[in-house]
Amino acid sequence: MNTVAFVVIAIFTLTFALAAATNPRLMHAALSFAAMFVGIAGFFFLLGAEFVGLVQIFVYVGAVAVLIVFTILLTRRDVEKDRGFNWSGVIVAVAVFAGLLWAIVNTASVSVAPPIVKALIVKQIGEALMTHYVWPLLCVGVLLTAALIGALVLVMEDKPQ
Amino acid sequence: MTLSIFLIVSAALFCVGLLAALSRRHAIFILIGIEMMLAAANLNFIAFWRFGPQSPYPTGVMVAIFSIAIAAAEAAVGLAMVIAIYRHFRTTNVDQLNRLKG
Repeated sequence: MNTVAFVVIAIFTLTFALAAATNPRLMHAALSFAAMFVGIAGFFFLLGAEFVGLVQIFVYVGAVAVLIVFTILLTRRDVEKDRGFNWSGVIVAVAVFAGLLWAIVNTASVSVAPPIVKALIVKQIGEALMTHYVWPLLCVGVLLTAALIGALVLVMEDKPQ
Repeated sequence: MTLSIFLIVSAALFCVGLLAALSRRHAIFILIGIEMMLAAANLNFIAFWRFGPQSPYPTGVMVAIFSIAIAAAEAAVGLAMVIAIYRHFRTTNVDQLNRLKG
């Protein structure tokens, strides 16, 4: 695996993540959120999971980011800018990061080099989805249908009687 | 390149998501923070799949795909709730949403 590519993708992803988390302009933060998911897809490509990286780009950059931009535009009369920033969240986030870092650095079994593996091709993923993982796949299908119907019911206008 | 640097990046991403979810006052950006934390978890699943012992089924990849699908469903319902709340209260600031009964 390429170390230079890793460093570039890590800096790209974390910069856009911080921008999405702290930028007071809502539309800029939403676009940073989309760029951050491109960086995470880059990590997936680097790790040899190309299919998951492409799914990530299609779902997040293609669908969820557009959904978020539409929601910001629909609720625009409220605030153009985010009001207020709670600084106690920074303390909690830094404390959680310090704890996780301490745990990762002190665990000897995670500092392993990657084993040589055969590339995972989409045919294998499709076969696994249709045989070993067919029940989870059907459950996710039902869940997605229920969630989309639920979202439609939630935003439906009440007709005046 | 070891597993631990992927875990450190993923932990950093998780904490930025936590920061967004705890510090922002705008409901949409709390959802964005939650999506970031889910993405950090996905990155962990893929990293452990790549560095762990090989199994006949690509379990880590499958969990990541299902997790992406569930996160998309969560985003759809969450943003629909933001729009419904905005219609009712005329605000998306979570500090002002302090009544269950409108």
